[in-house]
Amino acid sequence: MTRQKHHNAFISVEGLTYAIDGQPILSDICFEVQVGERVAVFGPSGAGKSTLIRLINRLDEPTAGMIWLNGEDYRQIPPGSLRRRLGMVMQAPNLFPGTVADNLCFGPSAHGETLTEAEIRALLSGVDLVGYENRNVSSLSGGEAQRVNLARTLANKPEALLLDEPTSALDQAAKNEVEETIKAIIKSQNMTFILVTHDRAQVERLAERVLLLEAGQLVADGSVKEVLDARSVD
Amino acid sequence: MLARWIDNQVWLGAAQAGVTMVAALLVVWLTGRLKLGLKKEILISLGRGVGQIVLVGFLLTVIFSADLWIAVPVILVMIVAGSVMTIRRVRNIPHALRISFIGISAGAGLVITVMTLMGVIEQELTSIIPIGSMMVYGAMNTNALMMERFRSEVTSHVGQIEAGLALGASPEQVIRPYSRRAISAALTPNINGLRSLGIVWIPGAMAGMVLSGQNPAYAGFYQFVVSGSIFVTAGITVLISIVLLRSQVFSQAEQLLLRSEADN
Repeated sequence: MTRQKHHNAFISVEGLTYAIDGQPILSDICFEVQVGERVAVFGPSGAGKSTLIRLINRLDEPTAGMIWLNGEDYRQIPPGSLRRRLGMVMQAPNLFPGTVADNLCFGPSAHGETLTEAEIRALLSGVDLVGYENRNVSSLSGGEAQRVNLARTLANKPEALLLDEPTSALDQAAKNEVEETIKAIIKSQNMTFILVTHDRAQVERLAERVLLLEAGQLVADGSVKEVLDARSVD
Repeated sequence: MLARWIDNQVWLGAAQAGVTMVAALLVVWLTGRLKLGLKKEILISLGRGVGQIVLVGFLLTVIFSADLWIAVPVILVMIVAGSVMTIRRVRNIPHALRISFIGISAGAGLVITVMTLMGVIEQELTSIIPIGSMMVYGAMNTNALMMERFRSEVTSHVGQIEAGLALGASPEQVIRPYSRRAISAALTPNINGLRSLGIVWIPGAMAGMVLSGQNPAYAGFYQFVVSGSIFVTAGITVLISIVLLRSQVFSQAEQLLLRSEADN
């Protein structure tokens, strides 16, 4: 793989390997993601899906392998800057104590920026939570909290979203709400995203391409139809 | 009464300790009757207590006859012992011994040196060593409390800390509320001690001075010197330790390294 090839992709993952105490969690993962692609990382529990996007967000350090962002070695990018560019939404909202607005302001204020009231309103409108800015986060439902989490990540104006099972802890109604919000964001912002999920139907609803992980190995990479039709993974 | 029969101060002390031991054994006998299951533990504690403190007493008799510089290695030994005891009380923190040693050395070393040079602590071994030991002991307790609370705060807020990092915040920014809580929790007993000084209890230094016939008003001022110095030592110790701790729980790439044992 030449250096020139790295420049062509938005994210290039090359030979990515991660092990804990010698136990491999991910082995020699290679793929590329282009700008605007909607990619699902799909596979059974324990396949290493969440580990993969934690490594892309650099919350963990790979044992071996490399990641390139727009052709740049991601280790050369300051971690805070890299994480703002690749906004990660975790399975649990993990909101900070305080109001919804406090949470939305956290990311920008961490690097010295202030969100205007209009920007806060626009972010909340994007996740269908208009008028929630002064609500205490302790009063939110699970679905609302996850939508605030999405808006909090979007407040950093990321280039891509890394979604780690964003609906797996929610009931069906809340799951539908969050999915609809994600769809609306994708449509309005044409944003690149990598979605980790073990929900086959969600892959079909949200993604256009699937990376199929099994036991830490990338076993298939193709369009949703190609990969899911060829495999009977649920 | 004992003083009328015994002239030698050491033998008088031994006799007084003997009377106290008889009273303690009475409690052992009573707890034995109540089948509390504490008999063996109390007997061992009593034995260790009397053995250790008498040994230290004899050791200090020798040390006090040496030159003033002997205070440096003596205090250093206390700091090492305090650091080792601190890490016995905290789990799962990398380089906890080094952090404790640096923190306690900086806190106790600085305060003892400044207070001695300014003449607040008399430049005599009989002042420097006992007061120094109180500072080291206070710093050890406060540091252990702070480290344990810090570990517990971090490991129970991994999700929020990583959410903050994922939003591009620096380790210092995401850890700040947990550092503050750890420092606050550790210093609270010291602050409460200062607040209740003289009202709820008369601490050892003042009690000892009054017992040995010193002016109680002077003993009161001096007790504040001791208690205030212990507070200052503890404060400096935890402020230095928390900075060192923060650098241990994140990698160079700003990844959280400290997790609960269940997560590992």
